[in-house]
Amino acid sequence: MKLLVPVKRTIDANVRVSVKKDGSGIDTANVKMAMNPFCEIAVEEAIRLKEAGQAEEVVLVSIGTGKCEEVLRSGLAMGADRALLVESDAELQPLGVAKALKAVVEKESPDLVILGKQAIDDDNNQTGQMLAALLNWPQGTFASKVEPGEGKVTVTREVDGGLETLTLKLPAVITTDLRLNKPRYIKLPNIMKAKKKPLDRLSPDDLQVDLTPHLKVTNVAEPPARSGGVRVENVQELVDKLHNEAKVI
Amino acid sequence: MSVLVIAEHDNQSLSASVLPTVTAATQLGEDITLLVAGHDCGGVADAAAQIPGVSRVLLADAAHYEHGLAEELTPLIVNAATDYAYILAPATTFGKNLLPRVAALLDVAQISDIVKVIDGETFERPVYAGNAIATVQSSDAVKVMTVRTTAFDPATTSGGSASVETLEATEPVGLSEFVGRDYSESDRPDLATARVVISGGRGLGTAENFKLLEAIADKLGAAIGASRAAVDAGYVPNDYQVGQTGKIVAPDLYIAVGISGAIQHLAGMKDSKVIVAINKDEEAPIFEVADYGLVADLFEALPEFSKALDELDN
Ligand SMILES: Cc1cc2nc3c(=O)[nH]c(=O)nc-3n(C[C@H](O)[C@H](O)[C@H](O)COP(=O)(O)OP(=O)(O)OC[C@H]3O[C@@H](n4cnc5c(N)ncnc54)[C@H](O)[C@@H]3O)c2cc1C
Ligand SMILES: Nc1ncnc2c1ncn2[C@@H]1O[C@H](COP(=O)(O)O)[C@@H](O)[C@H]1O
Repeated sequence: MKLLVPVKRTIDANVRVSVKKDGSGIDTANVKMAMNPFCEIAVEEAIRLKEAGQAEEVVLVSIGTGKCEEVLRSGLAMGADRALLVESDAELQPLGVAKALKAVVEKESPDLVILGKQAIDDDNNQTGQMLAALLNWPQGTFASKVEPGEGKVTVTREVDGGLETLTLKLPAVITTDLRLNKPRYIKLPNIMKAKKKPLDRLSPDDLQVDLTPHLKVTNVAEPPARSGGVRVENVQELVDKLHNEAKVI
Repeated sequence: MSVLVIAEHDNQSLSASVLPTVTAATQLGEDITLLVAGHDCGGVADAAAQIPGVSRVLLADAAHYEHGLAEELTPLIVNAATDYAYILAPATTFGKNLLPRVAALLDVAQISDIVKVIDGETFERPVYAGNAIATVQSSDAVKVMTVRTTAFDPATTSGGSASVETLEATEPVGLSEFVGRDYSESDRPDLATARVVISGGRGLGTAENFKLLEAIADKLGAAIGASRAAVDAGYVPNDYQVGQTGKIVAPDLYIAVGISGAIQHLAGMKDSKVIVAINKDEEAPIFEVADYGLVADLFEALPEFSKALDELDN
């Protein structure tokens, strides 16, 4: 089985972001960037499938600026075999990304595409589902367990009521949830090795895809702040305040 | 403008997530259609027809719609889409799974998690774990959007009189098959809509210790939630997770116990009306959003809290 893993470069999950005063977006200058955490889980899962002898090759792909090479190299250091970088400075939205990924799928013919469920910057949670639609493939979103079988894959999904299990015909699209696995730490020697692994650069034109955003972001603002609260000295005071002041119990 | 709302349900009853989604729909147009696709779900369609503001209910009943699989529902919705300017679903795992698939086939954007309708083509949605609110504008012919259910008041469930019409089922797609589900059973109110939520974090230490929260939840009629750390540690099931990548809640009262207040957790609860934090670390960031903060060891505070509630009742 061949696995394709799309990875996005986002802000590091521990960064406290600040909104630009002019409303044009988030201030990302000098902010630590990293591989989107859900994509790390996707890379880890693909590597585990390879290590378990269930897959032969793990190919990474990222769409974005030249700086995406960093996240591709970390994925290669985790254990992926090679990487593709679709270089574009344009603003990216899920539909355009899904179209580009579809073109990559047509070139690479993977059996399974494993994406993150959500990028932690735009919080869209769309790309995997859109890719599956464009390919007319089945989708196993929010996966907490992935078990490949003959011509199919069984996926356990984290849904609002608990867990749900589906079997999907291969080829298929999977998106990862938090409980799927715990990504490994990258070992130093592997960082060196990753530098020598193949990384091919493509342009959106090579793929003949139109990345033009459909949505216009007209403003980005801070959310309304909560007004400051008080400290209570003990449980009695807490219950008293909740009952008599806030009137919620 | 005509709006199509995709109803979430379990073939028996309508999900509470439909009600705020209908409210969002009423802000977009007068002509609101609710699609109930499922199997043996006529009762759900009848209930949907009672919601004031809904003009028409479409009932698509077929075995392959029983489990709400995105692969099966998408062709049905895409076929119906030509008649509508908006297609909405709640931003639950049901809606998030389904609508991007629909949007891609219509070659339009999908707008996730709208919290406000500014006008017919302009909407607000949180990004970066709710650290920013983006205003987005769409010129797509059909606007496909998921609705954050805590951001719109629920529509009422009676008094309406919509017609129920049958929508012919599409052919089975057969790419995916439902195997089973393992749902958390609970007599407590639903986390997403409960009036009071009490959540536990890593500070609880064990699954067993969640009993301390249960005792209080029983007395307050509260739902129980958790941080990611508590779910990852296996103290509680995955569907308890509140946060950026779990459930979004906005109860009248949210009590966070042994939760540090990471930005990803705050994203899921900071729109609650009243927030209480119980944490032994006075520097914990959860205190920054708490209306009432108690610096205490939870193992002492929770039994006392429980007792104080009994006394309140007397
Ligand atoms: C991609 C991504 C997505 C995420 N999504 C979510 C999400 O949706 N929801 C979510 O919650 N998190 C999410 N997280 C995780 C988040 O970053 C934090 O790691 C998590 O919320 C921490 O959980 P916690 O507060 O229970 O644990 P900790 O941060 O370890 O805090 C435990 C707290 O308990 C207190 N404590 C310990 N013992 C006691 C005691 N005896 N009495 C009183 N207080 C005590 C401590 O002082 C501490 O403040 C996500 C992270 C990533 C990277
Ligand atoms: N620019 C991108 N390049 C590669 N993969 C992406 C890109 N954007 C999104 N993805 C993939 O789609 C997933 C979900 O992202 P989103 O739909 O934007 O929340 C991510 O976790 C990635 O796996």
